[in-house]
Amino acid sequence: MPPIPDTIYFFGTCLVDLMYPQAGVSAMQLLQRAGVKVIFPPAQTCCGQPAWNSGYRDEARSVARAQIALFPKPIPIVIPSGSCAGMMKVHYPELFAGQPDEAQAVDVASRVYELTEFLVDVLHIELRDLGEPLTVAVHTSCSARREMGVADKIESLLGQLSNVQRVEHARKPECCGFGGTFAVKEPEISAAMVLDKVTHIRNAQPDRLISQDCGCLLNISGTMAKQGDAIPHQHIAEFLWERITPHPNLPPQGGKGQEAHPAQASSSPPSPLAGEGLGMGGKFGGQSS
Amino acid sequence: MITQFRQTVRANLAKPEVRANFYRAMDGLMTRRLDQFPDKAELERLRTQSMAIRANALSKLPELLETLEANLIRNGIQVHWAETAEQGNQIVQAILERHNAKSIIKGKSMVSEEMGMNHFLETLGIECLESDLGEFIIQLDGETPSHIIMPAIHKNRIQIAKLFHEKFPDIPYTEDVDELTQMARRILRDKFYATTVGLSGVNFMVAETGTLCLVENEGNGRMSTTAPSVHIAVTGIEKVVESLSDVPPLLSILTRSATGQPITTYFNMISGPRKAGEKDGPEEVHLVLLDNGRSNIYSDPELLATLRCIRCGACINHCPVYVRIGGHSYGTVYPGPIGSILEPQKAGLDVHGELAQASTLCGACSEVCPVRIPIPSILNRLRYDGVRKDTSNTHTVGSGKRRTLSEAATWKTWAWAATHPTIYHAGSTLATRFKGMLPTNLGAWTTVRSAPKLAESTLHQQVKNLGVDHE
Repeated sequence: MPPIPDTIYFFGTCLVDLMYPQAGVSAMQLLQRAGVKVIFPPAQTCCGQPAWNSGYRDEARSVARAQIALFPKPIPIVIPSGSCAGMMKVHYPELFAGQPDEAQAVDVASRVYELTEFLVDVLHIELRDLGEPLTVAVHTSCSARREMGVADKIESLLGQLSNVQRVEHARKPECCGFGGTFAVKEPEISAAMVLDKVTHIRNAQPDRLISQDCGCLLNISGTMAKQGDAIPHQHIAEFLWERITPHPNLPPQGGKGQEAHPAQASSSPPSPLAGEGLGMGGKFGGQSS
Repeated sequence: MITQFRQTVRANLAKPEVRANFYRAMDGLMTRRLDQFPDKAELERLRTQSMAIRANALSKLPELLETLEANLIRNGIQVHWAETAEQGNQIVQAILERHNAKSIIKGKSMVSEEMGMNHFLETLGIECLESDLGEFIIQLDGETPSHIIMPAIHKNRIQIAKLFHEKFPDIPYTEDVDELTQMARRILRDKFYATTVGLSGVNFMVAETGTLCLVENEGNGRMSTTAPSVHIAVTGIEKVVESLSDVPPLLSILTRSATGQPITTYFNMISGPRKAGEKDGPEEVHLVLLDNGRSNIYSDPELLATLRCIRCGACINHCPVYVRIGGHSYGTVYPGPIGSILEPQKAGLDVHGELAQASTLCGACSEVCPVRIPIPSILNRLRYDGVRKDTSNTHTVGSGKRRTLSEAATWKTWAWAATHPTIYHAGSTLATRFKGMLPTNLGAWTTVRSAPKLAESTLHQQVKNLGVDHE
């Protein structure tokens, strides 16, 4: 069992930065809640995966190299995406094989964790559900499932939420058809895949769709939106934060910075890992989708 | 401009009956495979063992092929080497001519498909009769296999019934599978005795004993290799294994991965022609060993893994792309994930390189591959070879041929922006601020999706209020 670090790096990913910032914010809040200090290197941009998967390795490497330089301390790097985590953990060593900075890339790779993996395996996070009864469908990205092997983590986190019922959909392990540039290069196949995925999810009739990867969410929710009746969707971090935060859309009670944290306010024994409150829970606890 | 592949895909996606046929069949195959491996740990152990057997054989390929040839000859099997498909066909032609044969009866062989043997022989006036039921069906309809182990899987029972009725109007119409099978069986049975030369593929060649192993379910493989007086086996040079003890684990994982069977109805071990005093068996056995680009694949330490394949088709059965577009969309002999790594390497990236792109890299294929071929990694490598500027370090045919100036410039610009954080983040901030002005029609993306909505502000902006450190 890895020791619990007091500080981690957070790599937000380009997609979260532009499309789903709330997922990144919630993820950092979850980490802070568990008593972990978060370092967010501001110069971070993209892991380089789009170019890597398109065959443009030199370009991918130059972008990856710029990211590697941002994580010098020997502490974990937590990423709210199976896809980007997979790029850094699995493919950085391949991308830098034989390069002068190979050792540095391998070191960074060895410190990468996908968020749900980190919450479950390293922080052993304990969640107390404060939300209303709700059903959710889970879509696990292929990179989280197969490359990172962490499909069970999101399920275990949701399993901790007493008022959340998971509903299963047909062909759950099947790819949603995003595949990065695949969606644009082979749009017909991608469309066929995502339309099927949407049908299966709709048939399960969840109140919400939850995933650990924003790329899949972008694909699936965009398709639902075009059909005109989108099931609300959220990144797992945002959803968890909403569930464990009382009245997420209201300003914090007791003055800024003084809010009793759900884990501390509850009558159940506080998580041994619960650290300082954030003081920002109210502001960022809303649902953005 | 829409590529030929995309046009074919579009056409095939628009065939609901065919799509339903693939769905039903692949679902069944996936379930049957799963049922064969109740113990996950045992499966993973067997996969690792099978990978090691195949990797070991490939690591000694030249040496094993020499041993194999010596032992085959000792067993009385005549060995022929074909560097190209054309040479392979000429070898078969020469054997047929020597026996004055005007027809050939074939068991299932994907390598003969690879050689385009039927077409080649038919232009010479030689009749090729497919005796595998699936191959028999598609031959009747003038089609090519849509799957490597179930060539007619794109057709359903009703379609086959109609086809039989059309081609054999004298036989009463039936949709009963058993009756249809018996019908084909009766037609074929007479041909086996009337034909001098039979042809088959090979699943494993055992170097130490000079044995050819053939896995099948219908018995047509045994008929093709025993009833005619001449048997020609054709296969790729990579199919060799070192010892007889390598066969049981491979056979076990092959049948379970392929059709979800613990064992097939027939397993043939061919160790030579009929010996003096024996009552049956062919008088001559030939083996045609085809290279057709395999040596080139072999020369690359990474791409070499492609040749570990034992042709079970599990990657195909589990592929979310294949199940939707079907085998014929690929425009190649081998479809699906294995085809998408094999065919671009054989024909060249300029010819079939798009297949390497036709994958989400979801990994469903490599998850089930019985010999652990890292198919997504090889697809990624082929994408790289296709667009790389410096092709001096790769032997892949057609390397660099898929590089376009505009795409290269796009990635160069992207890389420049993503390595200049100040500019990159100024750009993202601007984009979120003026998101109302962004286009809502994004071409391919928005055919079935709404345009993505940018956030009100980026994570980089929001993180400022979050009490995190920056270094």
